[in-house]
Amino acid sequence: MRPFGAIAAALLTASAVCAAEIPQADRRSGYSFMKADTKAMQDEDTANPGMLWVLDGEALWRRKLGASNKACADCHGDARTSMKGIAARYPAFDKATGRPVDLEQRINSCRSNHQQATPMPFESRELLALTAFVSRQSQGMPIETGADPQLAPFIARGGERYMQRQGQLNLACANCHDDNWDKKLAGSAITQGHPTGYPLYRLEWQSLGSLQRRLRACITGIRAQAYDYGAPELVELELYLMSRARGMAMEAPGVRP
Amino acid sequence: MARFGFRISAPILAGALLALPGGTAAQELRSYAVVGDAIPFSLTGAAGDAARGRALVVERSSTCILCHSGPFPEQKFQGDLAPDLSGSSSRASEGQLRLRLVDAPRLNAATIMPSYYRVDGLNRVGTLWRGKPILSAEQIEDIVAYLMTLRE
Repeated sequence: MRPFGAIAAALLTASAVCAAEIPQADRRSGYSFMKADTKAMQDEDTANPGMLWVLDGEALWRRKLGASNKACADCHGDARTSMKGIAARYPAFDKATGRPVDLEQRINSCRSNHQQATPMPFESRELLALTAFVSRQSQGMPIETGADPQLAPFIARGGERYMQRQGQLNLACANCHDDNWDKKLAGSAITQGHPTGYPLYRLEWQSLGSLQRRLRACITGIRAQAYDYGAPELVELELYLMSRARGMAMEAPGVRP
Repeated sequence: MARFGFRISAPILAGALLALPGGTAAQELRSYAVVGDAIPFSLTGAAGDAARGRALVVERSSTCILCHSGPFPEQKFQGDLAPDLSGSSSRASEGQLRLRLVDAPRLNAATIMPSYYRVDGLNRVGTLWRGKPILSAEQIEDIVAYLMTLRE
């Protein structure tokens, strides 16, 4: 019989040792891997399909709803000032649950608790629109996620998961996005996995989508069991990736192939 | 290290323990013998079909060309994460190619090449794929037969 345990342990050690973190100076947004025409689509508001969601989000921001008959704007005022820099700090620590929450979850908890309205489903047009509108207010600002020391254990767990091989293809995120980001997977740039532009418009999706959607697609790609939307494991991965991208500029709504 | 000795490997039938919907038992893996850095004998006892092997290699769901490139001019999208498959048989024997497909991490624990014929020692495999190897023994033999035709 083969020493399975020993092999598994060797794999884990090997992946942890080989996955060299990308030096600050070499960090690149997915944007820099794109062709000029896709870059132009992101750069120009009139060409960026993500702006349709931003505009919808702006209308939702002002719409009164729920048992309290309040709009986001009734408490938060003009998002251009009140939401400036907010998305650049998410996922953030939530005192009520003692855990990190991402921006979608924060918007939904505001909706349940303050508007007393039904939470929006993950990836629904409304939730994406509000998230895109709020995120847009941080465009160009440096990512600051992870500064709160209470987040440290959750960032560490996200990092462990990033290094953990999984699925039928037995790959860790780091095997591609740290070790092989300058290569191509079936003709597509691998990139470094910095979530600078979410929610973003993917040409492949023909839609705006969240970072959780992207992570679930990648996890299914290695033929592992995707975590459910909102699962703590996904939020910890988002948190790890955003804190790893600290200092990089927010691009939402981004455009990617 | 056992790696270089002659030993019989009996992959555990982890999948057999998981009752799948409909009562379908997971695929049983055939046992094979590793000699040095090779599996000298066919997993099925028969030679593979090189033409079927080529079709498998260029089929995206087999996953080969996600990472490898090769002499497939009709394939627009090929990966560059792993060696070009051109000249495979000038670099490795049939048995060496077979072990690299079956269980490459046995030769290099840090490799990103998955084990195409293994169901044990994996984490969080999705339900669609649980208890199943990436390729069947027949498919591996077909691919080995095709790679053996790539002399330069």
